[in-house]
Amino acid sequence: MSKLFSAKTREVFLGPLNKNNPVTVQVLGICSALAVTAKLEPSLVMGLSVIVIVAMANVIISLIRNTIPNRIRIIVQLVVVAALVTVVSEFLKAFAYDVSVQLSVYIGLIITNCILMGRLEAFAMSNKPWESFIDGIGNGIGYAWILVVVGFFRELLGSGTLLDYQVIPKAFYEMGYVNNGLMMMPPMALILVAVIIWVQRAKNKDLQEDK
Amino acid sequence: MDTNKNSYTIVYAIIMVTVVALLLAFVSGALKDKQTENVELDKKKQILSALNVDLKGQDAEALYNQYIPQAIIVNSKGEVISEDKEAAFNIDIARELGKPEAERELPVYLAVVDGAPKYILSASGAGLWGPIWGYVAFNEDKNSVYGTYFNHAGETPGLGSEIAEKSFQSRFIGKKVMNADNLFTSIAIVKPGQTDHARDYVDGISGGTITSKGVEAMLENSIGQYEAFLKQTTVEGGTQ
Repeated sequence: MSKLFSAKTREVFLGPLNKNNPVTVQVLGICSALAVTAKLEPSLVMGLSVIVIVAMANVIISLIRNTIPNRIRIIVQLVVVAALVTVVSEFLKAFAYDVSVQLSVYIGLIITNCILMGRLEAFAMSNKPWESFIDGIGNGIGYAWILVVVGFFRELLGSGTLLDYQVIPKAFYEMGYVNNGLMMMPPMALILVAVIIWVQRAKNKDLQEDK
Repeated sequence: MDTNKNSYTIVYAIIMVTVVALLLAFVSGALKDKQTENVELDKKKQILSALNVDLKGQDAEALYNQYIPQAIIVNSKGEVISEDKEAAFNIDIARELGKPEAERELPVYLAVVDGAPKYILSASGAGLWGPIWGYVAFNEDKNSVYGTYFNHAGETPGLGSEIAEKSFQSRFIGKKVMNADNLFTSIAIVKPGQTDHARDYVDGISGGTITSKGVEAMLENSIGQYEAFLKQTTVEGGTQ
């Protein structure tokens, strides 16, 4: 265990969750964070799918990293990601049809997620499979928790529900409470991500720029 | 080995795409049957949903056979072309709507709920981002709506995608597609709070205006194809 979780691997895993978060610090994958977070459920499933795919792609690229011709490395990475996404989506269609219907276009969107290409190029190309796997899981979770937080607030304030269960009591509506329609609009996802960045930077002195 | 040589790069690329192509072809081939089965089962669930049947924890296949003993194919003149249940089920309404009017084959599912006949018609159209489709169940009078089902490929979650919610679909129950003069008027979808004096209407979705308009156009186009079929029995049941 100690070998599996050395100080370096721990850093590789924990870094993306906070100080090196792919969404709030590196500002990658914003497009999908904006598109799928109007409801909590797609946010969860999208986060989960990205965790699985980043980890698997990282391992595959890391395994073949020494054989990849330098000039076509981006294309090789793309092919690996696209193949994985297609296989995952085929499996979902066969064994979890309802989930695949719900995800519809989102699953294909994973291919265009900058976090994947970023991790493959920056980490998996120069690290061993195990570290790459941990890095993929770490970055996937780092991406997923931002999505879940944003999805949570957008669904709660925009629809008054969570996972489609009504949580804001009927009595509130009778007293004149109205769902905030702006929450359903894409810009609100950016504003919520910005609020998370604000809180994160206020708490972490390391992330603040020198004046 | 020198991984920067041109020949190496080319051979590598060829091997890579071949391996990936074989893998994808294998996965797709191996899962094909299972996927088709899922798609058909899902279609049956959608049709049952138009009858407001609660599917939670139920065997959709058995329920489908129980509620829908027969399905027929009609043309745009309302004439029955075929009484083959399987053939009617396999019709892709979106493709039929693309054909010339005289060649269109339209499926009608003849359902029985609590002893009363219901007619389920198939509909297809376009929303904001992609295709939308649905099923509309009519009562015995072939005029008032018994239940509806709509779904979409990729409408905006929380806005246009609300057409897939029962809360929207149930607004259509009891609305009529013919006016008092027995003319086909379809059902209007208006902005919440507005009205349509010429025909029956339901409230659209706030923030999902284009998708709502898409549903309205879909009803008008697709159910409009069945106009002759719908009027047929009104005559039989009314004046005869």
